[in-house]
Amino acid sequence: MSPVGRRGGTAPGRPLRAPWAGPLGLHHPGSSVLHRAPAGLKLVALAGLGVVLVVLRGPATAALALVAVGGLAALARLPWRRTSRGLLPVVLAAAVLAGYQTWARGWAVGVETALDVLTLVLAGTLVTATTRADDLLATVARAARPLRRVGLPPETVALAVGLFLRTVPVVVRVVGESRDAARARGLERDPRATVVPATVRMVAHARTTGDALAARGLAD
Amino acid sequence: MIELDAAEVTAWSPDPAGGPERVVRLLGPVTLRIGERRVAVVGANGSGKSTLARLLNGLVLPSAGAVRVDGLDTVRDGAAVRRRVGFVFTDPDAQLVMPTPLEDVALSLRRTVPDAAERTARAHAALERIGLAERAHVSVHQLSGGQRQLLALAAVLATEPAVLVCDEPTTLLDLRWRTHVDALLASLDQQVVVVTHDLDAAARAERVLVVDRGQVVADDAPGPALARYRALMTGSPDALAAP
Repeated sequence: MSPVGRRGGTAPGRPLRAPWAGPLGLHHPGSSVLHRAPAGLKLVALAGLGVVLVVLRGPATAALALVAVGGLAALARLPWRRTSRGLLPVVLAAAVLAGYQTWARGWAVGVETALDVLTLVLAGTLVTATTRADDLLATVARAARPLRRVGLPPETVALAVGLFLRTVPVVVRVVGESRDAARARGLERDPRATVVPATVRMVAHARTTGDALAARGLAD
Repeated sequence: MIELDAAEVTAWSPDPAGGPERVVRLLGPVTLRIGERRVAVVGANGSGKSTLARLLNGLVLPSAGAVRVDGLDTVRDGAAVRRRVGFVFTDPDAQLVMPTPLEDVALSLRRTVPDAAERTARAHAALERIGLAERAHVSVHQLSGGQRQLLALAAVLATEPAVLVCDEPTTLLDLRWRTHVDALLASLDQQVVVVTHDLDAAARAERVLVVDRGQVVADDAPGPALARYRALMTGSPDALAAP
């Protein structure tokens, strides 16, 4: 890539950044109480938080929840720079959502919606950062045992969760590369020049990943 | 011992003229016994060499004939074959599933090592062997292409397969990483079958298979086999006349 390439949103003349990989999925080793908590408990708490945020209305409650989750992130000693960079696009998306909700339903709903989104994404980040993927997979596999009755192997369900965590940054990278390729051909104003090759590449990636999982015996 | 017994691979192909689909032969029939520890497979793009490689661990099943690894049939004993035959792809991104190197290697061990602590310890050891222990907890996206390919290799080797099949493992790598990965492959105790466009690497094998248009057209020591391949690729009349 050229020295003034824009991957990762770097401005001309400034150092390049690694592509955005999203906040979810990256384990941050540590020994905090959150790291030591069972993965199942953390997942249940995450689901419970989602329910609470839906049931309890108002911007004050949403702000309180965000502060509480932020406090837990500090307790877990999540790396601030990496986490905030990962969350930045989510903050922007939440701001857009807040703008729309404020226009449609008033400022209180707008603020509450944005804070709820941030709280849940930060909480999800907290769970994946303080839980080894291995433990997460084991927990999901245990929870998915009843699905065996309908012919769905629990390990496959757990693997799907792992793949989801991995796929977000892959999609980001593929779209970025397709956008760069479109730009190199002078087609940056044509969305098809980015969307079509990115879609084709993601389908190809999905097929190859399936082959790789089969080759590793993970689909047996 | 890898045995291919009149193995054929066919596929449905659309008719360019708009007629009904027809069956085309992608590979074979191929009959081979492969016992050498280092085997290279060379051929043009689309010649069928990757299909041949994929036959060896059951990723592709023969439409006719049989493929056996240490007596295990890839159709009947698919899971057992895959436990014996590890497979490394050209693009490690397709192979790496988990967010960090340690977790990805540990994933390979989930079926064989029930204890999580032991899995982690073994995964650490596997990363140490390839020099990636210090990068155990970073995102796999922060690794260079060479490091990702090494990681993909470590994830496969962690399961201790008897045979390793590599489909162009160095095609995407620069010279330094290519040399590194080649050296690592050369140091393995396993039987290694490598599909490659790197003729220097192929020349170091004990046996070279040349695949062209779905047929193994040469099966020899590196010298004569690669001479035949070069002749094929440059359209030499000698090559066209050869059996």
